[in-house]
Amino acid sequence: MTTTVERPEVITPEELGGPDGHGPDVQHGDAHHGHEGPSGILNWLTSTDHKVIGKSYMITSLVTFFIAGLMAMVIRSQLLDPHTSLVSYQTYNELFTMHGSLMMYLFAGPFAFGGLANYIIPLQVGAPDMAFPRLNALSYWLYLGGVITMLSGFLVAGGAASFGWVSYAPLSEATNSPGAGADLWLMALALTGFSAIFTGVNLVATIFYLRAPGMTMFRLPVFSWNMLVTAILILIAFPVLFAAVVMLFCDRHFGTHIFTVQGGGSPVLWQHLFWFFGHPEVYILALPYFGMVTDILPVFSRKPVFGYKGMVFATMSIAGLSTGVWAHHMFTTGVVLLPFFSLLSYLIAVPTGIKFFNWIGTMWRGQLSFQTPMLFSIGFLLIFLVGGVTGVLLASPPVDFMTHDTYFVVAHFHNVLIGTAVMAGFAGFYFWYPKMFGRMLREGLGKLHFWFLFIGFWVAFMPQYLLGLHGMPRRVASYAPDTGWTTLNVISTLGAYIVGFSFFFFLINLWVSWRKPVPAGSNPWDGHGLEWFTTSPPPHHNYTHLPPIRSERPTWDYNHPEHRSIVHKPKDKASAPSGGGTKEPAGAAS
Amino acid sequence: MKVESLILLAVAVFFGIIGVVYWFTSYEDAGFLMLIGATLLGLLPGSYYLWWTYHMKLRPEENPDATIEESAGVIDAFPGSSIWPFILGMGAMFATLTFVFGLWMAPIAGALILSALIGVTVESRRGGAV
Repeated sequence: MTTTVERPEVITPEELGGPDGHGPDVQHGDAHHGHEGPSGILNWLTSTDHKVIGKSYMITSLVTFFIAGLMAMVIRSQLLDPHTSLVSYQTYNELFTMHGSLMMYLFAGPFAFGGLANYIIPLQVGAPDMAFPRLNALSYWLYLGGVITMLSGFLVAGGAASFGWVSYAPLSEATNSPGAGADLWLMALALTGFSAIFTGVNLVATIFYLRAPGMTMFRLPVFSWNMLVTAILILIAFPVLFAAVVMLFCDRHFGTHIFTVQGGGSPVLWQHLFWFFGHPEVYILALPYFGMVTDILPVFSRKPVFGYKGMVFATMSIAGLSTGVWAHHMFTTGVVLLPFFSLLSYLIAVPTGIKFFNWIGTMWRGQLSFQTPMLFSIGFLLIFLVGGVTGVLLASPPVDFMTHDTYFVVAHFHNVLIGTAVMAGFAGFYFWYPKMFGRMLREGLGKLHFWFLFIGFWVAFMPQYLLGLHGMPRRVASYAPDTGWTTLNVISTLGAYIVGFSFFFFLINLWVSWRKPVPAGSNPWDGHGLEWFTTSPPPHHNYTHLPPIRSERPTWDYNHPEHRSIVHKPKDKASAPSGGGTKEPAGAAS
Repeated sequence: MKVESLILLAVAVFFGIIGVVYWFTSYEDAGFLMLIGATLLGLLPGSYYLWWTYHMKLRPEENPDATIEESAGVIDAFPGSSIWPFILGMGAMFATLTFVFGLWMAPIAGALILSALIGVTVESRRGGAV
């Protein structure tokens, strides 16, 4: 059953009796109130509403996050001292493989582009839904199929995949990694890869075709911009992964020798194909979270974002460069062009530096308030900064030769990925949770969650830099007592336990919010974007009224007409090309 | 559509330049082909959008002075609840599991995928253009 959706009516502050500073209390018409279709589990199975699908994505990805987190606890417990034998070496290999795979493929990406983006992007651009709602639903079911397929590896004879999340050939070939677990891993990647591609198509189409009138490209919130760029990156990277997975499967079962030396193939080809996907994947995971932080910092600094267009072009530059640096993961193979990949890797620091500069500029002399989303955003800045700086170090081939496959690299990418997917991810979750569920999370519990996570993170990962410099290789289940690595491993494990403990506060917070709801209202943070204009949670098809869109923060303009810093002056239509507005002092128009 | 087309054409230009530089500095074919593939990915839709930029009126979402009234009326038709994406998703999962556990799973996958394709087509015809 299809329904046609009409453009919502425009509403001005005067029509609602003036702005109240807490967002409009828009009454919705009967036709679109509440969700449509069946309720309960049938609603979950059949809904094509981006909000239901977004929440399904978020819940599923958070479950995989906790499963992968528990694996991390076992991994760190195994390394607590040289003699620990909590799990067998084979199980340990399966655990670190599945920890990385679940976190990279099934949590960090889907949580951002399947979960938060799915829910928030149509709201931010003023659309009633994603452009292809049934394709959106299919994306989720493919993703869930991928989660089930990957985890079912633990149930088959021979156990789950155990060749690391990068699945290097020839280790991942049938002779070295026999069994169904490895095949299930490959099939899970095929399913989630298509899921990501479909979501990418949906995001591009939604942002290109379903924006509200007046929502020009350069008025999109930075999160929407970053999701657009991420979606294009997905379309570039994921098909390559799928092709590589098919080739590896053919090698394993159909007698081809694409990645085996004996048959005339090349194991390094796998690395080329994998990292042509894998390095953009790092930015597919990072850019959405950059966008979240860019939307959050101005709200809690009570300022517009500093250098809006600089942020947008920096995002594009990072995305472009990220696809030209894949072989910096392959420096030690000895068959890649070191200067080319080293130079491009160094160049990424420039747009990333611009972003840092603009984030600081946004906060500079603002009226900062340190609520939970802001704390997580600042935590992201600090943690990601160290990840970025150590990344610049690793872009230097001599340093990379020294530290390749050591715990230095492990610490580096946890700095990057925990900074983005966890710190910024939870910043986004705490920020938009009131919009999604219509109720607040508790500030006290949120801050406890932040501080335990933040402190635990440094305790867990700083020692790993030292361990790497002392020569401890990654992916080892034990080490000799006379290496001198024990103390640092004990500290690191203690930090991991603190990180794990911090999530109890998060779960308690969810439970308290569920049992004793505090209504959020439509705009609890005095937010800027269009999503804060509609009710929390939004009605079916999102909007019955829209404010005039005259800048990149329409809800703020609506609520604070006296504080608008940029007032758009209407121009003669005949001579008006599409582009930015003219800048005038506050109050010059209207 | 101008900004949208320029974004995609920028993808094509960037990868075109990087691809050529990479080829003449490394002569490595796998990376070169992938960069050219990425060039085409930006070039095809980007040039299509650019063509439309000059053959259609300015859309309300591209006009900074647009009022909501300018695009009043139907935005589009959106599908309601549908079980078929779920059926198709599960069919796809069983199809991939066929490669792991054997052909005995193929009929399950085939039945699910076929019923989903028929179901979603019938649903679309009944509900109008989607």
